[in-house]
This record gives sequence, structure tokens and C-alpha cells, in this order.
Amino acid sequence: MSRLLKSAQAGTVESTDILIMLAPADPGAGITVELISPTMQQYGEHIKNLIIKTLASYGVQDAVVHANEKGALDYTIEARIRTAVMRALS
Amino acid sequence: MMFAPGNNPAMLQNAGIYGADSIIFDLEDAVSIPEKDAARHLVASALKHFKYPCEVGVRINHISTPWGRDDLECVLASKPDFIRLPKGETADEIKLIDEIISEAEEKHGFAAGSIQMMTAVESPKGLRNAYEMATASPRMMALAIGGEDFVTSLKTTKTKGGRELFTARSMLVFAAREAGVDVIDSVFSDIRDEETFIEEVKLIKELGFDGKSVVNPRQINLVYQVYTPTDKEIEYAQKVLAAYREALERKSGVISLNGKMIDAPMITRAERVLAYAAAVGAYRKEEAL
Repeated sequence: MSRLLKSAQAGTVESTDILIMLAPADPGAGITVELISPTMQQYGEHIKNLIIKTLASYGVQDAVVHANEKGALDYTIEARIRTAVMRALS
Repeated sequence: MMFAPGNNPAMLQNAGIYGADSIIFDLEDAVSIPEKDAARHLVASALKHFKYPCEVGVRINHISTPWGRDDLECVLASKPDFIRLPKGETADEIKLIDEIISEAEEKHGFAAGSIQMMTAVESPKGLRNAYEMATASPRMMALAIGGEDFVTSLKTTKTKGGRELFTARSMLVFAAREAGVDVIDSVFSDIRDEETFIEEVKLIKELGFDGKSVVNPRQINLVYQVYTPTDKEIEYAQKVLAAYREALERKSGVISLNGKMIDAPMITRAERVLAYAAAVGAYRKEEAL
């Protein structure tokens, strides 16, 4: 399990990117995802699940995520989460 | 070889569609210092998710910088086809990266020796050691010249005809040919000036370069235009090889075409012309005379 030490962000609001803002949450609070996306209806659930799954792969169980998505593909979302986690852990 | 900035999702995901022979995702000059980590994560993710239609390399930050080792550790897990080192100056740098790649190949279960390397020469010291670098590892597939940095280190400026780089380019071709690796020319950054770009591609082809680095997809077809042999060149190469085959059948030691003697180097050049033509789809082997 990884505990986030501080808030961190990664990515941009450019087209095909996603801006991830990651903040620590109390132990046991779980992961809360607030998502802004132009494709919320079609891909909103998929993006939220991908964010939670990617955080879990780095052992993050408690976090608050604000995500501003601009048409990012999965590989970008995974990479931006990775960067945000590494920055929040350092 | 087309460069794509490593922290730009749109360019990474579209890089394969333009017809370049090779793509290089750049973690060095195209990425600001605060975004070095983000770029290497994005490049590693792109390499895992996409199957590109050509070879894909990563230009890491120099191994002596605070980012070089982290770049390697991150992107090698996604198995790029090759690593490009900028500002190569010594064989020891090449050997060090070779060792890091070997460890990563073993750690991730990749075939030993499957990730290649190349380096850019961007200083007089690098040029002096070019042959030693090219032969420092069996992974080395090419040398390149980084024109902007090289010109700066010479305390001169770039000219339209490239006079200031003539000696360096020629010496790099000598080193690459002696070492048996490819040699790739520098980028030409003014994408609007197609006329000068084409002149530069013609020059480096004449000097013996195998190809050119480009910074924009618009430049790819221009490089192909210059490097594709003309119909006349293809026809002549076919005639040379036909005359050679005929002489072999007659067991004749003397080969001539239209009264001109054909010798071994001309045959090698004819084979190279047809190989280039075949590589760009301008010739098929069954078209042999």
C-alpha cells in the first residue's frame, strides 16, 4: 500500500491529454474521482474505472482525484496517473 | 528518422502514420526539465499500447545528467527498438548504456541484444571518438550528427550550403563506414524552407549518409524524393548487373557495357541502387533484366 504524502498534478488540458490533480485522503476513505470530460456519457465510467485501477496498481487506496479530460486515450490516462502518483509520493 | 516530442500525447499516438522509416520519441531537448518524468512515463506507456509500423527509438537525456538513468530504467521496460544517446563523446558512455540495457533485457525477459543503440555526435571530441563509439557495443547500429550543437561548438553559424559542417559530416561518414554502421544526418529545423532542405538532403546523400533526421512529417516525402533512385539510375543498374551475370555465365573475367568496362565497385553500387529502389517500392527483384 502506498500513502500519498502530498498533492500533485500531471498532464495538461491540451487536446488528447488529461490533467490529473491528486490529493491524499484519510486512511479508509477510498478513492473519490471527480471527472470533467466532453465524452462523459460515452466514456465517463470507463475513465473513472481506469483511474481507480491504475491508482490501485501503484498501491494507492485512499485519494481524491480531480480529472479534466480532453480526449485522452487510455495510454495517456495511465501515464498521467503514474506521474501524479510518483510526484505525490516523493 | 522522425523526431516526436515525448510529452505530447497527440504526436506520440499519431507518429506512425506518416511513413517515416523510423520514429524517435524525444525525452531530451523537446521536454522541459519539470516535465522529464511525465515524458518518460508517457513514452513508456505509448510503447506498451501501440504497435507502430516502423522501428521506434527513444532519445534519452545524456547518461551524465540527472535524468539519463531514470529515462533508461523507465522506457527499457517497454522495449523500444533502440536507444539514441545525445551528445555522445566517449566509448565508455556507450559501454555503460550497453550494460544498463543488458541488465534490463535480462530483468524483463527480452532477448539478449534485441535493443539496439545509436549516438549523435555533437562536438569535436565526439567526432574524434566516433569510430570508438560505433564499435564499443554490438548494439550500435548508427552514428548521427547533431548539427546545431556541433556548429555552436565550432563557434560558427549555420550557412545555407552547410560549408561549416562539410568536414565533420565527411569524417562521420568515414567513421561509420569503417565501423560498419549506418550514418544519419542532422535535422533541418526551418520546415517552411523546402528548397534549402532538398539541397541539404542532396548534399548529404552525395556525401554517403544513409538518411536524414526530420522534425516534421512534411519533410519525410522530400527525403524519399531525393533518395529514391531515378528510372534512369534503376535502368542502368539493371544493365550493369545483367552484363555481370552474362559474363559469369560465359566465365569471362572481363565485363563490358556499351564499350565501357564494368568492375567490382560498379556492381556493388548497382546492387545498392536497386536495394534503395526496392526499399521505397520503385523496383521489384523480378523486374531484373
